[in-house]
Amino acid sequence: MRFSSYQPGEFYDEIFESTGRPRAYAQLLIDTIESLSDGQLLRYQRSVDRLLLQMGITFNVYGDDAGTERIFPFDLVPRILPANEWERLERGLCQRIHALNEFIDDIYHDQKILKDCVIPREVILSAASFRPQCQGLDPPRRVWCHITGTDLVRDRDGQYYVLEDNLRVPSGVSYVLENREVLKRIFPKVFEGLAVRPVNEYPSRLLEMLESIAPRYVDAPRVVVLTPGIYNSAYFEHSFLAQQMGVQLVEGRDLTVTSDGVFMRTTKGLERVDVIYRRIDDDFLDPDAFRPDSLLGVPGLMAAYKAGRVALANAPGNGVADDKVIYAYVPDMIRYYEGEEPILPNVPTYLCWRDQDRKHVLQNLGSLVVKSANEAGGYGMLVGPHSTEEQRREFAVKIEANPRNFIAQPTLGLSRVPTIVEDHFEGRHVDLRPYVLYGKDIYVLPGGLTRVALRKGSLVVNSSQGGGSKDTWVLA
Amino acid sequence: MGAGMTTTKPLLSRVAESLYWMARYIERAENVARFVGVNMHLMLDLPSEEKQWQPIVATTGDAHIFKERYGEATQETVIQFLASDPSNLNSVFSCIRAARENARSVREIISSEMWEQVNALYLLVREADMRSPDALPNYFHEVRMACDQFQGVTDSTMTHNEAWHFIGLGRTLERADKTTRLLDVKYFILLPSLSDVGTPFDEIQWSAVLRSVSGFEMYRKKHGRISPARMVEFLVFDNEFPRAVRYSVGRADRSLHAITGTSPGAFSCTSEQRLGMLKSELDYGRFDATVAGGLHEFLDGLQVKMNKIDECILGDFFAQWTPAVQSQAQ
Repeated sequence: MRFSSYQPGEFYDEIFESTGRPRAYAQLLIDTIESLSDGQLLRYQRSVDRLLLQMGITFNVYGDDAGTERIFPFDLVPRILPANEWERLERGLCQRIHALNEFIDDIYHDQKILKDCVIPREVILSAASFRPQCQGLDPPRRVWCHITGTDLVRDRDGQYYVLEDNLRVPSGVSYVLENREVLKRIFPKVFEGLAVRPVNEYPSRLLEMLESIAPRYVDAPRVVVLTPGIYNSAYFEHSFLAQQMGVQLVEGRDLTVTSDGVFMRTTKGLERVDVIYRRIDDDFLDPDAFRPDSLLGVPGLMAAYKAGRVALANAPGNGVADDKVIYAYVPDMIRYYEGEEPILPNVPTYLCWRDQDRKHVLQNLGSLVVKSANEAGGYGMLVGPHSTEEQRREFAVKIEANPRNFIAQPTLGLSRVPTIVEDHFEGRHVDLRPYVLYGKDIYVLPGGLTRVALRKGSLVVNSSQGGGSKDTWVLA
Repeated sequence: MGAGMTTTKPLLSRVAESLYWMARYIERAENVARFVGVNMHLMLDLPSEEKQWQPIVATTGDAHIFKERYGEATQETVIQFLASDPSNLNSVFSCIRAARENARSVREIISSEMWEQVNALYLLVREADMRSPDALPNYFHEVRMACDQFQGVTDSTMTHNEAWHFIGLGRTLERADKTTRLLDVKYFILLPSLSDVGTPFDEIQWSAVLRSVSGFEMYRKKHGRISPARMVEFLVFDNEFPRAVRYSVGRADRSLHAITGTSPGAFSCTSEQRLGMLKSELDYGRFDATVAGGLHEFLDGLQVKMNKIDECILGDFFAQWTPAVQSQAQ
């Protein structure tokens, strides 16, 4: 397969500068792909699809037929980030995560940022993800966002923007590791030639971080991963991370809380648990503290956490900084807590609770992307340019009814990467989700999940909405 | 931690239970596939008025459900019920699906190879085309081989730790159960009364019983000519043939002792006690005495004991431990 007919088009192309001219750092990759014999890349692609199915690397689709599992399509053409670009992203992410953590700690303690009127108090109090139960809590090391999966996008001008912070239970890192394994087998020479930075240290870094927040001093604190179970869409990842870290994967019913702490039920009796990497939302974590109808959670877990008998990652309540309205204030937070200008800008955001913003949004629904403040996974979202008259009317009604719940952003022309479509390459829009760990210090995994909207022209990259993924190469 | 020291990760009760059931379901699927495959083969040799499908349903213990839903037992209805019916929880399809669900929930405990094998089995039964009768014999063969591969992969890729022993426990108890059922049903049909022992018998039918447990060749090597009495001895009391009841129970007993750490011949919990008693009964039992009391009664007794052992395993290892129980135990 050749790139001679590939059109980078009007968007920023991550691999091609212009038709027939790869960016310097992508030359070796392009040469390698073009040197494959006819049909070889397609054969690789098909065998990878089959391999993923055989290995059962699948996710469950909600609202689909019961038991429907799909593979998360993986496109073989990687996205490449040169060292200087990455270095800036890394600094920007560290700055942002640090500020967000300061903010969460402040909100659940003195609320200085509200007293200083940097953020209006009602914005915080009206956020569904604000947890009064967490007031006054001191998590180990005062870290609230241990694992973050920030979504970045690149607009037509090549500028990176932060789209979402995903502080609660970000997923996708298992695909980063699996995709890399596959590509290393297919393009070994390119890896050598380009010095791609490895990603396989992530599980050890994650375990190290989790052990560093253990609430009591023991030689080897017992860490577990808490999953909602096999029907959760990210179950594969929960199981994968537990396996890679060599720790137990538990469900809520495996745990029990006593006055001494949290224990798991084993064939030989109860065994103490020190750190829980929980992949269950706050709402379902503990029926005694949050939603009483939760069957997935562990009664009494929050009480044990508050008493300092167990550590939770991520810390409950941290979603307050993940609210899409509060997102709009992150640049102000960075200035307030760090005394610096943000390295990575936000996407300009209209807040519908402000009368003037709302007016603008309602008049320009056709060109904006509207999102509800608390949804993820591409649900509850209107992409103006791709919407119908009726969908826009529907959203207008919703916005008028509950303005606090909606924000709007200009439709960005997301950057593109060549992607295999049938028997040739076409540009498809991508985003980038790097993973950040925060324990003793802040660590950014060199790489991340590049999600790609496989439908022609689509800007929605979510796996639940027809998205796929690509390997992400950060060059040394 | 010094060199040579090992820390054994405690095994979650839920995980132990899933491993046990994963193994039972794989073993069950393999047995059902083998029973059906052998019966198809046997029917080819019999005149049409003697063709029988009902007994196969009886060996699975689901005869009443079958009658309710399908009525008459023909090759078509029985194969549909036992092979592909998703609402029959003991069909090959349902067993493999259940085995995979269990495997999925313990994926980080078992080896990747085991997961891939059980996943491949699932894809095999999910995508099987049961409409073409010509393809069926090969299909049942493939299922059996894939199940055997799973056992092999399990033994050669997973550490032989506590989790592995729960797999062994489930597999061997299921195996003993299925051999007992097969023998009970077949013996009843072929030799309805005790006085029939020793009368002329149908060699084709009896060899089919042996083939149903992959025991034909091994029986021949050991006993030569086929006789019902020797067959019972072989399938119940043999301590070398892997599908014999005694052999399977002996293996289950070893697994259970490995799990508890109790020395052989002793016991630390009810399941261990009952399994040990069953093992002794088979180790020291004699064929003549068995048949004198009635073979059916004897086999039925084995079934009741094995069901009880299964219940005790649940209570001893899988039931949720509560702090109250815990503090009493210590």
